Amino acid sequence: MMFKINISADIVSEPIIADSILETKVSLNISQAHFDANHGEIIAEVENSHFRKIKDALTSKGAEITILDNPIIRDEEECVECGACISVCPVKVFSFDKEWSLQMDADKCIQCGTCLKMCPHNALILEL
Amino acid sequence: MVEKSIKEINSRIEDGSVNVVTAEEMVDIVVDLGAEGASREVDVVTTGTFGAMCSSGVWLNFGHSEPPIKMNKVWLNNVEAYTGVAAVDAFIGATQLSETEGMAYGGAHLIEDLIRGKSVDVHATAYGTDCYPRKVLDTSINIYDLNQAIMMNPRNAYQKYNAATNGSNHKIYTYMGTLLPNLGNVTYSGAGVLSPMHNDPNYETIGMGTRIFLGGTQGYVIGEGTQHSPQSNFGTIMLRGNLKEMSSDYIRASTFEGYGTSLYVGMGIPIPIINEKVALATAITDADITTNLLDYGVPSRDRPKLGEVTYEELRSGTIDFNGKEIPTSSMSSFKMARKIAGELKQWIKEGDFFVTEPVELLPSDTVCKPMKQTDRSLLVQDIMATEVITIDQDATFHKAAKTIMENDYDHLPVIKEDGTIAGIVTAWDISKAVAEEDYKLVKDIMTKKVITANATDPIDIAARNLDFNGVSAMPVIDNKRKVIGIITSGDISKLMARRQ
Repeated sequence: MMFKINISADIVSEPIIADSILETKVSLNISQAHFDANHGEIIAEVENSHFRKIKDALTSKGAEITILDNPIIRDEEECVECGACISVCPVKVFSFDKEWSLQMDADKCIQCGTCLKMCPHNALILEL
Repeated sequence: MVEKSIKEINSRIEDGSVNVVTAEEMVDIVVDLGAEGASREVDVVTTGTFGAMCSSGVWLNFGHSEPPIKMNKVWLNNVEAYTGVAAVDAFIGATQLSETEGMAYGGAHLIEDLIRGKSVDVHATAYGTDCYPRKVLDTSINIYDLNQAIMMNPRNAYQKYNAATNGSNHKIYTYMGTLLPNLGNVTYSGAGVLSPMHNDPNYETIGMGTRIFLGGTQGYVIGEGTQHSPQSNFGTIMLRGNLKEMSSDYIRASTFEGYGTSLYVGMGIPIPIINEKVALATAITDADITTNLLDYGVPSRDRPKLGEVTYEELRSGTIDFNGKEIPTSSMSSFKMARKIAGELKQWIKEGDFFVTEPVELLPSDTVCKPMKQTDRSLLVQDIMATEVITIDQDATFHKAAKTIMENDYDHLPVIKEDGTIAGIVTAWDISKAVAEEDYKLVKDIMTKKVITANATDPIDIAARNLDFNGVSAMPVIDNKRKVIGIITSGDISKLMARRQ
């Protein structure tokens, strides 16, 4: 399950991710992390059965959690099926079938957004 | 020896007995029947391609207003079109950007909007003459209001195109798409087996007057394209077609992040099989077409060639480069190329499209020269300060502050004992240390990841690196990483001011 962890300015310097992992012993797969002096935002993945535990640990330390259940969407009208998105996706969401039609395995998507910038036709949408 | 005339082929199209296949289908036919057998059997081979063709545009004629105007400048949905011709003619180029929306909307989007029948805002200005007194015009028009909307593409349908990768350590945005650092991906363009010009690489049937599929309608080749370079298999063609008859299925606007707008153009050329030599050429496969893999991480005209790859390798999804598997992306749509070759085949089969004999074949001996530059490009070494004050990394914070103050410099390159660069310390680093009351050694407060320049870098590259990295100075180092100068954004600003 993909989710977003928002860390506000007052706790941005606290090691709340590390503490939550140590406390719950739940492994987090972090796909994106953006930090500045005022705010932190992390996109992470965890096994569904462990979500509740890590969520409680993180929220008890002041983080805000949002479940990301909208993976990448392809606008089929805009898409010309060139395949520009294929090589920049770190988890191989996109591929061609035998007829050179673009296939999308949205379940694999880690919502990094790299493909959005790559698509020349603005056919990919991510609603974070 | 099989010889077939265009007239003969057209009479077969007319009576419905023509045998037409796509370039993909022709591969097996030549394998099975040989070139001679295939040339007897097949009359026309169709090709197709659908990719970004920046060198595209449309001539528009607006008709005369009352009172009339000689447009000096004209904007369509805030995208400027070229009006340096007669009073109410203009050329809208695919890569011209909107003056209000920037890269989100350009000439390509305007062209697609026109094809879709959408209304477009027109704003024109003029200096006013006795015959054309009007000075300002504002109206809105759609494609049906225009007298002519003629697509004219100075350079389309490259025979093949270089494959792109990025050897630098940062992500770059190019007309070949996003290129990930450290050879993270490869992008390419072109339809390989279906490539229109690669199916007639000796230009035995293609030339001025060749009727083609263009944007969903019938268009024409009107000669060789600009930068036509047949000696290196980089031939190009100039095209003409009626935008009013085109379909937005085959003419699509695009935006390349960090680069700009471009137009995806769908076109296909029918190759009349006039003899077995032409039949053999149309049997070309992806494995037969080799192209160069270039490092777009080097921002130079002469990008380093890292190797050669075939379209078969590129289209397999990965290429092997020195043992490393690099994922590939096509920037053009093979599915659409197939659709175009198939549609053109259908038109010919149904007697709706006849092949032509060119008035003049494409030249096969021209070369694409680089630009002649009479004004020597300035290099970093021409404007850098050579009397650069440096400081040792083990010096105290106080010494750094004193050196900056005494010499009136904002930037102090920091060096190791052997004279090689270790970092850079700025007046801001000093201020920060003072504010935090944290008085350490220079090496503790300096920026370690220092952005440097080489003396022989062109100024434009140095300016872009300053801008890209958000720094205002770069120490200039030699090949032993010793500091030999410094270049600042101030030096470049002064140069620009002098140039203007």
